[in-house]
Amino acid sequence: MQILIKGARVLDPGNLDDKKDILVRDRKIEAILDPSDTSNLSDSSDVQVVDASGMIVVPGLIDIHVHLREPGHEYKETIESGLKAAARGGFTAVCSMPNTDPVNDNSQVTAFIINRGKYAGGARVYPAGAVSQGSSGTSLAQIYDMQQAGIRAVTDDGLPVENSLLMRRALEYCNGLNIPIFVHAEDKNLMDGGSMNEGPHATFMGIKGIPNAAESIMVLRDIALCELTGAAVHFCHMSTAESIEAVRQAKKRGANVSCETAPHYFTLTDGAVKDYDTNFKMNPPLRSEKDRKAIIEGLMDGTIDMIASDHAPHSADEKNLEFDRAAFGIVGLETSLPLSLKLVQDGMLSMADLVDKMSKQPAKILGIDNDIKPGNPADLTIIDPQIQYAIDPSIFISKSKNTPFSGRQVQGKTFLTMVDGRIVYKKQ
Amino acid sequence: MRFEKKDILDIKSLDTKEITMILDTAQGMKEISKRPVKKVPTLRGKTIILFFQEPSTRTKLSFEIAAKRLSADTVSIAKSSSSIVKGETLIDTAKNLEAMNPDIIVLRHSSSGAAHVISKQVKCSVINGGDGIHAHPSQALLDMMSIREKKGSLAGLNISIVGDIAHSRVARSDIIGFSKMGAKVSVCAPQTMIPNGIESLGCRVAKDMDTCVEGADVIMMLRIQKERQGNILFPSEREYASLYGLNPARVKLAQKDVILMHPGPMNRGVEISSEVADSNSSMILDQVTNGVALRMALFYIVAGGSRHADSY
Amino acid sequence: MKKKKIILNDQDFKRIITRISHEIIETHKGVQNLGLVGIQTRGDSLAKRVADQIEAIENIIIPVGSMDINMYRDDWTKISHQPTVRPSKIPFNVDNKKIILVDDVLYTGRTIRAAMDALMDFGRPSRIELAILVDRGHRELPIQADYKGIFVDTESEDMIHVHVTEHDGEDLVYKEIEK
Repeated sequence: MQILIKGARVLDPGNLDDKKDILVRDRKIEAILDPSDTSNLSDSSDVQVVDASGMIVVPGLIDIHVHLREPGHEYKETIESGLKAAARGGFTAVCSMPNTDPVNDNSQVTAFIINRGKYAGGARVYPAGAVSQGSSGTSLAQIYDMQQAGIRAVTDDGLPVENSLLMRRALEYCNGLNIPIFVHAEDKNLMDGGSMNEGPHATFMGIKGIPNAAESIMVLRDIALCELTGAAVHFCHMSTAESIEAVRQAKKRGANVSCETAPHYFTLTDGAVKDYDTNFKMNPPLRSEKDRKAIIEGLMDGTIDMIASDHAPHSADEKNLEFDRAAFGIVGLETSLPLSLKLVQDGMLSMADLVDKMSKQPAKILGIDNDIKPGNPADLTIIDPQIQYAIDPSIFISKSKNTPFSGRQVQGKTFLTMVDGRIVYKKQ
Repeated sequence: MRFEKKDILDIKSLDTKEITMILDTAQGMKEISKRPVKKVPTLRGKTIILFFQEPSTRTKLSFEIAAKRLSADTVSIAKSSSSIVKGETLIDTAKNLEAMNPDIIVLRHSSSGAAHVISKQVKCSVINGGDGIHAHPSQALLDMMSIREKKGSLAGLNISIVGDIAHSRVARSDIIGFSKMGAKVSVCAPQTMIPNGIESLGCRVAKDMDTCVEGADVIMMLRIQKERQGNILFPSEREYASLYGLNPARVKLAQKDVILMHPGPMNRGVEISSEVADSNSSMILDQVTNGVALRMALFYIVAGGSRHADSY
Repeated sequence: MKKKKIILNDQDFKRIITRISHEIIETHKGVQNLGLVGIQTRGDSLAKRVADQIEAIENIIIPVGSMDINMYRDDWTKISHQPTVRPSKIPFNVDNKKIILVDDVLYTGRTIRAAMDALMDFGRPSRIELAILVDRGHRELPIQADYKGIFVDTESEDMIHVHVTEHDGEDLVYKEIEK
């Protein structure tokens, strides 16, 4: 069985941007053809033709910051529901965070996740393992063992590595294994039990604030440790102007750093937190307009390498509470692409830049070659860039619906997601 | 005038007309507490639930006396007796209370926004009796009532608020209310107790205590809430008292006819000296008296009015 | 269209106050142990005038109070607005006094019922009487005036308006009829 993707613009930044037809065979990209050369192919009964006129075919999008919640919190999300939601969101792969129960700090849990992922019928999963045993920040987890089982990064995400010495040792150890550390940058003492951005809005609402410095202080520390050790440091979910500036300067000095932000940080500010709606509560919190602008600037000048959703599903019971008691986090797999496309529609990023940040850079950090070229696995995302609609959480595949974007008008959507040559999602 | 709102959740959501109406009504209620029979039949047959998830003595007592003087039936729930300790969520508790058909729920809760959350879940009126560090509307209104009683109006007054602004719902509601009614509000505290962006509520931050109280018509001292803080907001009560305590020398910097207020309970010798607290300028006990009248007014206003014909 | 019909002008007003004052003195054979309580807002102006008139006749000052009865109304949850509550002022002890309630219009009788309840909360008068400027009929309770200015025949949808100088700058009573 062969699949012919026909009539689309094929955009693989740095490699290809042209009207091409793509032939997929035996799970791989068989050929990239001129549209004039495929008329005889489309008549063949052995070929399934996907009419993608008006669409854009890009290397499969990869979300490198996703909480799949399994094992342990299957009521929020399972590996299967999360990977299917990812496919609907246009992602062919995700990097899953290790803060499950038990924590993914050993090869058995890693193997479990990878095994479940294989049969999920959605996106691929590349797990991240824990830096420290139980993510408790005291001693190193068996990182090499997990690497053998399939992890592509380590992180204690959800928690910072507070002990600077442990962080140094982790960086040194990982440098030898050639595996990146993803940093959840947060000073827990400065956070001081806060649940939204520190500033006039938090002051008015009587909600304890989280200052920008709670993030940037750890970014600055880990840049220093990165420069001390030479290891690769990747900063997760950057939300403040100060963090972006710190990364910018570090990159100028040639430090081995990269970073990501999430769509909500360039879409919303703390002014959007209304009526104590806990769907606007996440960590780091929505920041000020100044920070939002700095994030967009960081995306434009390349300081921010990637966009990741920080998909953090929670059940309604964990959200339908007093603001300071509700869980942090929002789902993002099924809203990330349209929210990010807005940057292209607004002229902030080119389509190529966006694909770079949502596909090529994430692939690079995870050590994946996802170029659209013959012989590579057929992991492809086809985007409908024109369609306009309102975000409707009730049709999310994710088991959780905790999004602040319900009802928001957006443009652009996944038309088709192909993983390993199989169509795992197609718009109805 | 008709009060259109179902609930009293914060001062921000009340306009100046509504505030004036509440204060006028409270002034009218005050006389009832001086009668030999301190009770009118107005809210006969109404049920008021006092749901105090956070410990409180005077606010709860004040609401309860207010309800009883209007002949309403009151039921109190404290945290220890409520299902919250058994793991029930606030929203479930509120819905269960609603199912017993109360007319008004007064909620005191340690989480900011708790009253907002339940007001959307229940059909009865909700009066916020203090939520987290967000709002304490009945306290701010009785403060306004007390000031107005002495000064005629709040417009143009210089009002100083001194103390732990960061952890005070009273401060937030007072700042918003006083500035809404035309007063100039300045606040003062160690920077550890001044929250980021407080100016946006309608006040300025004075650089020290003397500057703050200079020329003041009203000085409001806030309680240093020992139970809310560790030991990193200020090193000792002794240092706090000398930097930010109200003593006779500082009172002299204010207007001659300055009035001194405190939402209580006071820490004598810390934020306020006994000499000042017991002086003639002190309105601290008038605040407590007015609290009952003001809360009667709130009950009266949210419980009344449904039909359009006025047929007396 | 509404039609206005004048019922009492300022001269009629004065005569009624004078007559009622005389009737009170006559009934009580003097003004010993008497107190007047006007029902807010216009009843208290009328009570003061009666007291002034009695003083002019008898050269004795009798105590006057005023009462807000809104908190005692039996229909206040049903009406369209919350009536403004004003403080009641009864600056004398009502225990064992003969109290004359004074109001402008007597209609259903419910205001007077409320006023009697309110008065009881101030003490135990030995006797309560009622003085009224206009009786417009349509009683819903067994209440009658002891001293009456004028009876006016009305339909229940008619409106009786009472203006007094203290509040409205003129003494005038008129009826508004729906035509």
